[in-house]
Amino acid sequence: MPWVYGGPAGWISVAIPAAIFAYFLQFVAPVAAGTPVILGFDWVPSMDIRLSALIDGLSLTFVLLISGIGTLVTLYSTKYLGNHPEYPRFVLFLMMFMVGMLGLVLADNLIALFVFWEITTISSYLLIGFTSDEAKSRRSALQALLVTGTGGLALLAGMILLGNVAGSFELSEIIQRGDMIRAHPLYVPIVILVLAGTFTKSAQFPFHFWLPNAMAAPTPVSAYLHSATMVKAGVYLMARVNPALGSTDLWFWVLIIAGGFTTVFASILAIRQTDIKQVLAYTTLMALGALTLFIGAGTADAIKAMMLFLVVHSLYKAALFLMIGIVDHETGTREAPILRGLRRKMPITFLGGALAAISMAGIPPFFGFIGKEFLYKAGLEMDTAMLWITGTIFTASVLMFAAAGIAVLRPFTGQLAETPKAPHEGPWAMWICPLILGTLSLGFGLFPDYAEAWLIAPGTWAVYGDYSYEVDIYLFREVNAAFILSLVTFAVGTVVYLIHQPLRDWLGRVFAANPIKFDPGWDRVLDGLKALAAWQTNILQSGVLQRYIFVIFATFAVGVGWTIWAQDALNFQMDWAAEFDDLLFKHWAVLIFLTAGAILTAFTQSRMTAIAALGVVGIGVALIFIMFSAPDVAITQLLVETLVVVLVAVAMLKLPHLGLVAQRKRRPVHAVLAVAVGTITTLVLVAVLQAPLDRRLTDYFEVASWPEAFGKNIVNVILVDFRALDTFGEIAVVVIAALAAYALLRGTRYGASDDTNREDRT
Amino acid sequence: MMNSIILNAATRLLAALLLLFSVYMLLRGHNLPGGGFIGGLIGATGFVLYAIAQGSEATRRALYYEPQNIAMIGLGIALASGVYAVFFGDAFFTGQWWFIGDRDTGDYVPISSVLFFDIGVYLVVFGSILTLVLALEEEV
Repeated sequence: MPWVYGGPAGWISVAIPAAIFAYFLQFVAPVAAGTPVILGFDWVPSMDIRLSALIDGLSLTFVLLISGIGTLVTLYSTKYLGNHPEYPRFVLFLMMFMVGMLGLVLADNLIALFVFWEITTISSYLLIGFTSDEAKSRRSALQALLVTGTGGLALLAGMILLGNVAGSFELSEIIQRGDMIRAHPLYVPIVILVLAGTFTKSAQFPFHFWLPNAMAAPTPVSAYLHSATMVKAGVYLMARVNPALGSTDLWFWVLIIAGGFTTVFASILAIRQTDIKQVLAYTTLMALGALTLFIGAGTADAIKAMMLFLVVHSLYKAALFLMIGIVDHETGTREAPILRGLRRKMPITFLGGALAAISMAGIPPFFGFIGKEFLYKAGLEMDTAMLWITGTIFTASVLMFAAAGIAVLRPFTGQLAETPKAPHEGPWAMWICPLILGTLSLGFGLFPDYAEAWLIAPGTWAVYGDYSYEVDIYLFREVNAAFILSLVTFAVGTVVYLIHQPLRDWLGRVFAANPIKFDPGWDRVLDGLKALAAWQTNILQSGVLQRYIFVIFATFAVGVGWTIWAQDALNFQMDWAAEFDDLLFKHWAVLIFLTAGAILTAFTQSRMTAIAALGVVGIGVALIFIMFSAPDVAITQLLVETLVVVLVAVAMLKLPHLGLVAQRKRRPVHAVLAVAVGTITTLVLVAVLQAPLDRRLTDYFEVASWPEAFGKNIVNVILVDFRALDTFGEIAVVVIAALAAYALLRGTRYGASDDTNREDRT
Repeated sequence: MMNSIILNAATRLLAALLLLFSVYMLLRGHNLPGGGFIGGLIGATGFVLYAIAQGSEATRRALYYEPQNIAMIGLGIALASGVYAVFFGDAFFTGQWWFIGDRDTGDYVPISSVLFFDIGVYLVVFGSILTLVLALEEEV
C-alpha cells in the first residue's frame, strides 16, 4: 500500500516532531528569563543513575531547531520518498535519529549524552546508506560511521576522565567547576579526547572528508542531519563544555586554528564543485568551521555571534538543501552547468530558495546579514593580532556570497536549458518547506529582537556561562567598520560569482596537482588496516584445533604455574598419608575408575574407544559429585557428558584416523604438557583447600532460600532467583554460541557460492 | 542416522518418556534436584536420540519449530519474566509470587515469575543443543 505511506501514515511522522516542537515552546519563557530548567527522574536509584534533562538556552535552541526543521523535513519526505518501497524504513531511521539528537542536546548526564551521541552516529550511518544497492552509498556510510565512531570512542574516554576529574557526571555541575578542571593535570588529555570526538562529528579539518561524501544520503537527510542538526552536535558539545574547558591557551589555539582553517579551506572547495548539493555541503563545512572558530575565540561577543550564526545557518542551509532536492526531484540533475532558467517552471521553489540564498549571501534585511555583521564585529573587537580571524570570516563570506549565487541565482535565471526530466513545480508539501524557512530568515532579519530574546540571549548565557551579559542584536544602527566590510564583501563576492566558472576550472587544476588527497588516503588507510588484520589472523588463527588447544593449555600451565611459584602458594604442610587413610572404599573405586578411563583415552588407537573412555571419566566425576551430595551438579554433568559423547560421535565420522603418523610425532610434547597441566591443577586445588572455607554466602542462602524465595533446592533458587541476572547472561551466551556454531556449520556448506557476495559486501 | 529396528521402535517410546521426564524435572526444580538447565538437557537428549534413530529431517518435523527459534523464544520469556518485576517497583529479576489456594492449610499451588524464568532457561538449553546437534548431523 504505497499510497498509505505518502498519505495518512506519512502524516504521523510529521505529527511527532510537530508535537515535540509544540511541547518545548512552553520552556521558551522561563529560559528567556534566565532560569534553566532541569527535568529528570531516578532511573536506577540503587546505582545513583538519574535520567536528567537540562533545558537552557543552548539546548532549547537546538531542540527547537531539531523538532522544527524535523517537522518540515518529514513533511517534505512524504512526497520526496513517499513512493519509495523502503519509505517506512526511512521514517524509522529518521525518527531514531531525531530521538538520538534530542536526547543528545537535552542530556544532563555525560554517559546519557554519549549514548545518544552514538545513536545519532548509527542512524546517520543507516540514512547515508539508505540506497544500499549503490556501492558509493555504502562506502560513504561506512566512512562516516568509522570516522565519527572512532571519534566517539575518544569522546567516551574523555568524558570518563572529565567526570572523574569533576567528581560528577552531570553537565550542570561540571560547567560550574571549570577552574578545578582547568587546573587538573588531566586537563590536556581531556581536551584532546573530547575535541577528537567533536571534530570528527562536526567534520573539522582534517576529519572533514566524510561530510561531502555523506551527501550520498537522500536530500532531506542531508538537509536535516548533515547540515542543520547532527553535524552541529560537535559544535553543541564544544559550546556546552566551554564554561568547563574553555578560556585556556590550548582550547583557544586548537579551536581557532582548526576552525579557521576549515572555514577557508571548505569555502574554497565549495566554489570548485559543480554539483550544487556538493556546493552546499562544503559551505556547511565552512559554517561548522566558523562556529568552532568563534567558540574558540571565546569572548562574550564571539559566543553571541556564534549562537546567532548557528540559528541563521540552520535556517538558510536546510532551506537550500530542500530546494535543491526539489530541483533534483523534478529535473533529474543537480549539476550547476546544466541547470538554467528554471524560474518560470518552478516559481515557488525559486522564491523559497531565493529567500534562503539572500540570507546566505548576507544581504540586508535578512537574518544572514545580521549573522555576518556580528561575526565581523566580534572579530574586529578582538586583539589586533587576531585580525586574521576577521580575514578568515571575510574570505568565507565572499565565497559564501558567490556560492549562494551558484546555488540559486544561476539555476533559476537565464535561458531555460535542457534537463534529463522536463521541469515542473514540485508538490506543495515540498515547496512549502524552503518557503517557510526562507520566510523565517527574512522575518528574524526584520524583527531580530524576537530571535534575540527567545534563542540567542539565553544560548549565549549558557555557553558563556555568565547570565548577566547583556545580549543585543539589531539589523542596523550606524555605519561602522563591520558595515563597510559587508559592503566590500558584496562587491568582491559579485566579482567572484561573475568569474566563478574560470575560477572553478583553475581551482580544479590546482587541486588535481595537489598530492595530498584525503578521500583516496582514507581508502589506503582502510586497505592497510585490512592487510594488518589479515596478517595477524593468519598468524593467530591457524585453523588447526590441536594447535589452539595446545596454546590454551600451555598458556594455562605457564600462567598458573608461574603464579604459584611467584606467590609461593605451596608453602604449607600437609599430611598426605592421613588424607589417604580417610578415603573410603567407594572413593578408591571411583578413583580407579576415573584413572582407568583417562589412561584408556590417552592410549587407545580407536577414536570410538577414546570417546567412550572420556565418557567414563565424565561419569566418574559425576559420581564424585553424588558422593559429596551435589545432585544437581551430578545430573547436569551426567547429561552434558552424554550429549558430548553423542556430538563428538557425530562429528567423528568426518575426522581422520587417530593413528596417523604425523600426529604421533608430537605425542611426547603433548604428554609433557598434559602431565604439567594435571599436576598444576592438582596443586592449585590442594592449595585452595588449605585456606578455611568461607561459609558466609552458603549460610545466607541456606537461611534465606525458603523465606525469601520459597524454594528448598538452594542451587536452583540461586540460579533462578538470587542470581537470576547472571543466569540470564549465561543463557544468552548459550544462545549466541549455538547460533554462531549454526552459522559456521551452514557457512561452510554454502561457502563456495557465498564468497562472491561477501567480496561485494565489505 | 542409524537403521536399527530396535533403536527405531524404542526411540518412539523413549523420546516421549524423556520429554515427559524433562518437564517433571523442570517443575520440581525449585524444591528438589532439577530445574531448567537439567530439564532442558533431558528434553534435548530425547530429541537427540530421535535424531540418531530417525534422522534430522524427521526430527525437525517432530519439533515443528526451528530449534534456534525455540532458544530465542526461551531467552525472550526469561527476559520478560525478569522485566516483569520492574512494573511492581522491584529491581530486575526479583521473583514475583502468587499463591493460588489457601496458604494456611498448605493446600495451594505456587506460581511465580521465577517459574517462567526457569521455563525460559529450559527452552534456551533445549533449543540451543538441538540447533547444534541438528546442524552438525546435517553437515557431517
